[in-house]
Amino acid sequence: MTHSFSFTYHDRAYYFMWDSESGSLHNVDFATFLIAKNRFEHDLDEDQLKQLNSLNKSDIDEINSELDTLVKEGVLDSPCTVFTKSKRIGEIKALCLHICHDCNLKCRYCFADEGTYHTRSRAHMSFEVGKNAIDYLVKYSGHRENLEVDFFGGEPLMNFDVVKQIVEYARSIEGETRKKFSFTMTTNCVLLSDDKIKWLNDNMTNVVLSIDGRKDINDAVRKTVSGKSAFDVILRNAQKMKEARNGKEYYVRGTYTAKNLDFAKDVEFLNDAGFDQISMEPVVTDIPDLKITKEMVPQILKEYEKLAEIYLDRRKTKDKWFNFFHFMIDIELGPCVVKRLTGCGSGCEYLAVTPTGDVFPCHQFAENKEYYMGNVFDKSLDLSVSEKFAKNIVTQKPACQDCPAKYYCSGGCCANNINFAGSMNTPYDITCALEKKRMDLSLAIQAIEGAPEA
Amino acid sequence: MTHINTIVKNGMRKTGNIGCGECKSCHQVKKPLL
Repeated sequence: MTHSFSFTYHDRAYYFMWDSESGSLHNVDFATFLIAKNRFEHDLDEDQLKQLNSLNKSDIDEINSELDTLVKEGVLDSPCTVFTKSKRIGEIKALCLHICHDCNLKCRYCFADEGTYHTRSRAHMSFEVGKNAIDYLVKYSGHRENLEVDFFGGEPLMNFDVVKQIVEYARSIEGETRKKFSFTMTTNCVLLSDDKIKWLNDNMTNVVLSIDGRKDINDAVRKTVSGKSAFDVILRNAQKMKEARNGKEYYVRGTYTAKNLDFAKDVEFLNDAGFDQISMEPVVTDIPDLKITKEMVPQILKEYEKLAEIYLDRRKTKDKWFNFFHFMIDIELGPCVVKRLTGCGSGCEYLAVTPTGDVFPCHQFAENKEYYMGNVFDKSLDLSVSEKFAKNIVTQKPACQDCPAKYYCSGGCCANNINFAGSMNTPYDITCALEKKRMDLSLAIQAIEGAPEA
Repeated sequence: MTHINTIVKNGMRKTGNIGCGECKSCHQVKKPLL
């Protein structure tokens, strides 16, 4: 399908056509934008229709002739040729290790219920469970050489010695198994001491540092278990971790809620605090004073536009250049179609292991008995659960067929779809609206940054 | 083409060496923009 959109930067409007099936992006003038939007999407408002009707016939004919050329070439309004009905199952390449169902923070929006995953008990993974989880990953990894392990919680630094033992064990079997392990960790930074920073820097491919932005915003939702602010400690430790990375991968990850729909200010705050790899993601919750509602979507879309302008401006400077996670798109060298259909791989090639060794489709499903898949000790893997996730593919979702972002979101998060749209196969409309906007802006940013000056 | 400036064509790789599974799991002349 062809999707036409615009983006205004420094009071100048830029117009684009995006052909999602071929992955082709075209920059066009305003008249072409109107004609394309009318021809391919039948989606002009009253003002735009008036402007379209004011164009003279020779211009319209000339533009339609240019559009016809691109259609014939297969880079505009190209037909869908991807009909895969199921993802691959039976081979795993990534595990989320719940190293600790316990946490030293009490974030109000935490899907994991303060790290306990609604089990009403706190648990730390033993080395024996971790070792068996690594063996489980190797057993089911098939021909894949690159394997990933993410240390997750709760707060994984509360069980740091076991993290170190698991990494040491995995490294010790790389030669005999012909596998290469990459390790990542998501931490709230509270326990990031100098020695932990050094070890993480030496052993982690990526480190995700959780902080929500400005102090008052962060402290409104992220407090210690005793209800105190940990912001100053978190910020200082995150800055030390960033400095230690010295070019290695890391990013600070924030969550915005109904309380900070001006989240571009939080991104700016984090950038001003020295971070150059930043993510800021919408909360997914039903807590009344935090949840994102449909009524808030127009304001959020405007905020993303504001952030895109800030982003383009700052990336022209030396000291404020940064990457924003959701604007990182690669239109020339992005993933192949198989990866785009696979998405995160939850339930199929990406699974989660709890502190007791139980296996679930991903961290969002941990301890949900309906989705129990096996255990690392008896090496069981229930592929009937995998099959449910394998059939949850964007090509089979009616609501996604005409969506220009379908090869970027891969049909959305299964857990969010179940919890907020009623079923795995029904995309959650609020996250859809945000995803589409972020894709438009990402494409426009790529085009603007890649173009030579006029 | 005077009304259209193509930025990228066929950016989604559907053929050739695809689906090797080794990537991570939540292988045009640039012109001024119109």
